[in-house]
Amino acid sequence: MISKELVIHMKSGLEARPTAVLVQIACKYASSIYILKDNIRVNAKSIMGMMALTLVPGDRICLEVDGPDAVAAISEIEAYLGQE
Amino acid sequence: MAEKIKLQKFIDNYQLKNLTPEVDVSGIRVTLPELNRPALQLAGYFDHFDSERIQIIGYVEYTYLESLSDERKKFIYEKLMSFNIPCIIFCKNMEPDELFRETAIAHKIPILSTERRTSAFYAEAVRWLNVQLAPMINIHGVLVDVYGEGVLIMGESGIGKSEAALELIRRGHRLVTDDVVEIRKVSDETLVGSAPDITRHFIELRGIGIIDVKTIYGVECVKNTQNIDMVIKLEEWNRNKEYDRLGLTEEYTEFLGNKIVCHSIPIRPGRNLAVIVETAAANHRQKKMGYNAAVELYNRVQRNLSRKIAGEEDEDE
Repeated sequence: MISKELVIHMKSGLEARPTAVLVQIACKYASSIYILKDNIRVNAKSIMGMMALTLVPGDRICLEVDGPDAVAAISEIEAYLGQE
Repeated sequence: MAEKIKLQKFIDNYQLKNLTPEVDVSGIRVTLPELNRPALQLAGYFDHFDSERIQIIGYVEYTYLESLSDERKKFIYEKLMSFNIPCIIFCKNMEPDELFRETAIAHKIPILSTERRTSAFYAEAVRWLNVQLAPMINIHGVLVDVYGEGVLIMGESGIGKSEAALELIRRGHRLVTDDVVEIRKVSDETLVGSAPDITRHFIELRGIGIIDVKTIYGVECVKNTQNIDMVIKLEEWNRNKEYDRLGLTEEYTEFLGNKIVCHSIPIRPGRNLAVIVETAAANHRQKKMGYNAAVELYNRVQRNLSRKIAGEEDEDE
């Protein structure tokens, strides 16, 4: 399992649409992808879970990816969340 | 983990009257699920004072305070309020004297009041705080109330949890939450599941999008909280895995240290999941009521065997 800490940069936070895009990105990969914020752990392939997380700029999250394509998954998600 | 709740939430829940609007309550948190009746403290004994708890003043404390001289009141109030108390609640609509109120305001401690009786309010508040402050985790799954049994359906994304839930709803069962389940350990026996506020009563169906179950199918199809009685794990059919064929032994899974019965159910196209979940729930209910079909079958087979063995011996003789 690979884990990586990230900070959210998107100015208006993760609204519904960007969240849906993120979930779609996660769903492309066979690896299990979880996002941790505070003590809450959510499956990144779950729309409802990600919506409930309400990520705002400055939030620190931790990605936990486990599976055959974990490296590619982390780099794509990191690039997406790194946008402003 | 829910380690604290806002005092405002407590106030709203019990519609407490705020007797000190001058004090800002927005930053105050409640961290302990117990209350304290500060009778001994009012009498001047402050050792082992549970000041972090909500303090509650009933008729006995109230009449005692009335009996004190002004000088003594001043001393006791000052001492009491010097602790870091989240709030002080007067029951039965009683109100503090002006000195009590002024001292509280000076120390930024809110004073609240309720019309309820002291011991009834005490018991109810402890119960509510225990639920609110219970250890909590978030897990990925769907929680449905099936025949009154809280069935937690788990499994990989896309295996059909939400579809199973929708079918169960259409068959008259109730949805608690889809995709994210907040599990609270209320006691060593009881886990309570609920939805995060944001996604409550919504379901995501692949290809259709978000559905609001409450507005489409009505309030009879949803529920806010539900005890979790059993877990159903959906998984891809695996030839090499042994699935339970009798149900004589129970498998368990653990959340927050509590054990819950768990069934692994293999998925293949054409299996009607809702009926399987319904049957599992009904069977679990029957077991709780004292009848176990697997044990019954086992007993019948055993009886048959022993009869046959006895019969053959008869013929031999």
